[in-house]
Amino acid sequence: MDKNKSTKANHNVVKFNRWGYIFLIPFFVTYIIFSLIPLFSTIYNSFFENYRSGLKQIGPNFVGGANYVNLLTTPEIWKYLGNTLIMWVGGFIPQIVIALLLAYWFSDPSLRLKGQRFFKTVIYMPNLIMASAFSMLFFALFSDSGPVNQILLSLGAIKEPFKFFQFVGASRILVMLMNFLMWFGNTTILLMAGMLGIDSSLYEAAQVDGATASQVFFKITMPILRPIFIYVLITSLIGGLQMFDVPQILTNGRGNPMDALTTVIMLLNRYLTSKDVGRGGALSVFLFVVTGILSLVVFRINSSKEKN
Amino acid sequence: MRKKILGVLLSTTMVAGMLSACGSAAEAPAATETPAATEAPAAEAPAADAAAEAPAADAAAETPAADEGKVLNISAWNEEFKSRLTDHYPGYEVVDGTTGKIGDVTVNWLITPNEENAYQNRLDELLLAQDSAAADDKVDLFLVEADYAVKYTDTDYTMPIKDLGITDDELKDQYTYTQDVVTDSNGVLKGTSWQGCPGVMIYNREIAKEVFGTDEPAEIQAKFSDWDKFFESAGELDKAGYDVISSTADTFRVYQNNAKLPWVNGTQIQVDDNLKKWVEDSKKLADAGYCNTWGQWGEDWNKGFYPEGKVFAYFGPAWLIDFCMAADVDGSVAHDGGWAATEGPQGFYWGGTWICAAAGTDNPSLVADIMRKMTMDPAVMKDIVLKDNDFVNNRPVMEELANDPSYQNAVLGGQNPLKMFCAGADNIDMANLTAYDQGLLGDFQTAMGDYINGNYATYDEALEQFYTLALQRYPELTR
Repeated sequence: MDKNKSTKANHNVVKFNRWGYIFLIPFFVTYIIFSLIPLFSTIYNSFFENYRSGLKQIGPNFVGGANYVNLLTTPEIWKYLGNTLIMWVGGFIPQIVIALLLAYWFSDPSLRLKGQRFFKTVIYMPNLIMASAFSMLFFALFSDSGPVNQILLSLGAIKEPFKFFQFVGASRILVMLMNFLMWFGNTTILLMAGMLGIDSSLYEAAQVDGATASQVFFKITMPILRPIFIYVLITSLIGGLQMFDVPQILTNGRGNPMDALTTVIMLLNRYLTSKDVGRGGALSVFLFVVTGILSLVVFRINSSKEKN
Repeated sequence: MRKKILGVLLSTTMVAGMLSACGSAAEAPAATETPAATEAPAAEAPAADAAAEAPAADAAAETPAADEGKVLNISAWNEEFKSRLTDHYPGYEVVDGTTGKIGDVTVNWLITPNEENAYQNRLDELLLAQDSAAADDKVDLFLVEADYAVKYTDTDYTMPIKDLGITDDELKDQYTYTQDVVTDSNGVLKGTSWQGCPGVMIYNREIAKEVFGTDEPAEIQAKFSDWDKFFESAGELDKAGYDVISSTADTFRVYQNNAKLPWVNGTQIQVDDNLKKWVEDSKKLADAGYCNTWGQWGEDWNKGFYPEGKVFAYFGPAWLIDFCMAADVDGSVAHDGGWAATEGPQGFYWGGTWICAAAGTDNPSLVADIMRKMTMDPAVMKDIVLKDNDFVNNRPVMEELANDPSYQNAVLGGQNPLKMFCAGADNIDMANLTAYDQGLLGDFQTAMGDYINGNYATYDEALEQFYTLALQRYPELTR
């Protein structure tokens, strides 16, 4: 009798579970069609020579790992990977610092900040602008005869227009600045969600024990926030490695000056002239592997800390 | 444990079910596609018939045959040809921004900007799908530029002009170079153009008077007759606070057209000595502060079209004067007729638009008629010169106007520059074209621009960068 009851309960669980699986169908279908199949076909295509010379189709001819060998033995790919990482890190550091600070302020009830809703909206605004529009705007602002130069000239800060887009440093900083402006609001909201989830009794206890504000932040907020923090770091890393639109539009696809703004995905875009599916596939797989390795590294570093 | 097994089992059945669902979903559209696929060749058949019949039927027909397609698709990268057709083709009516009408045929403009190869990418896809497209979706006419004309004319996607019923006799007044550009490797003519693009040096009269004491073309020419004198005079201009040209990019075409080697020999990229000379001369100009290095067409580059821009000269053909120099904007130099033209240090050509008929067009006689009217009819072409100051591809018309004292170009302050253009057009040599020109000359300028700006220490470093960019773009080439 007892046994019978438990199997019936089990049966009910399975019945309920089935609904879960049914609700998952749309996700899996779209995932398989739009992600999984393209993923495998990219890997498959990366082993072929397959491009167009003018209107003439060359290939597909099986060439084994030749595309990978060509890709990894040319110095450019490492240079572009370096460019990408530099521009990501340069944008991410101010982004995470400012976001942490803002999230901390917003989530601290003792500060009683006024107009929180307004500022939360405002800091998110830049993210609503399309990246391409944003970089067109920056291109106009910082062009040789653009408003920034005119202001600097009329203030007497410079004697002749500063050519932002002819210097590697200046143009990279502009890209970092744009990425920072576009994403710090988003990061703030994610971190704030994490911070608001922390039990306020912990803070109260710390206060009673006489902890300083920085002690509270580093000993309570940060450790509890770590899962969200890792999430922010890894998603930003993945987004950063795929950086494309801002430098692409800012330099008209050329990665000027000196190819120093060319990211890995911009190289992929260059292969489009010859519709080079083979080299493009190899590049995508390479980026996939790099992203995987870097994400694992970040994850490991953070979880090993947790053990200590 | 049992629960886990059950879970795995359930999820596998789920995935399996989904895959089969997916399979049938994928099949369904395939099934509906089949009739479409079988339809296409059927739809194509009459079109092909028409193409074969039309030239034979009546080559001299003035009006398009009634049994041809009702939609004429024209692929272009800007509005230039559209405005020419609107203004000069008899019977063309504007419907809206992207459509027009000729008789009962709808003209459909497929305009995609040139930026980042977008125009060619779209055209490639359209032409490759030409066989399977419905008759009304087939490209009928497409425009090409000299920089990449070979890519299209050297394929079967472009129709020989003769197959449209156009005879050699009708083409005899065109400048030879315009035909060389669109002649394929077997010597078959595959396109035609209404314009010729010999270039000149266009200079600002006010600045010339102030710095050199005269704005007479002959005297200015003496000061700019070769590159050494050009550099000297640039120094004089610089002292007075003027830039000789807007950007180092302005003279690129002049040097490039006087190069002896094609960009590609077999599959090997080669860089002519004259291009190296461009780099060296430009570096000298930029280092001396005689001009800037920004890209063409930007807002900084355009500044010289207005008096405050303080730019002495631009290099360009008739279309630059007519189409680009802001002649209709109040206060521009062109609006006040403040420019004048002279040959400059070396002759060159720049740009030009060719019209090609796409193989498989369902409107062959209308296409032929547009080609005849726009590129061979002396009356229409003369009208283009008088209204738009373009340099048209018709030797007798141009020579007549060159010697006509009543022809004046308002932008050039009433000067008649046509003699200069005529002489230039006869000297243009297009033997060096390859299918890779556009990509390679763009990459060359990108890499060398960094050297001229001082980002690369040596020419060789920049050359290395040029090869890198070129091989990214064209996997089939070698260095």
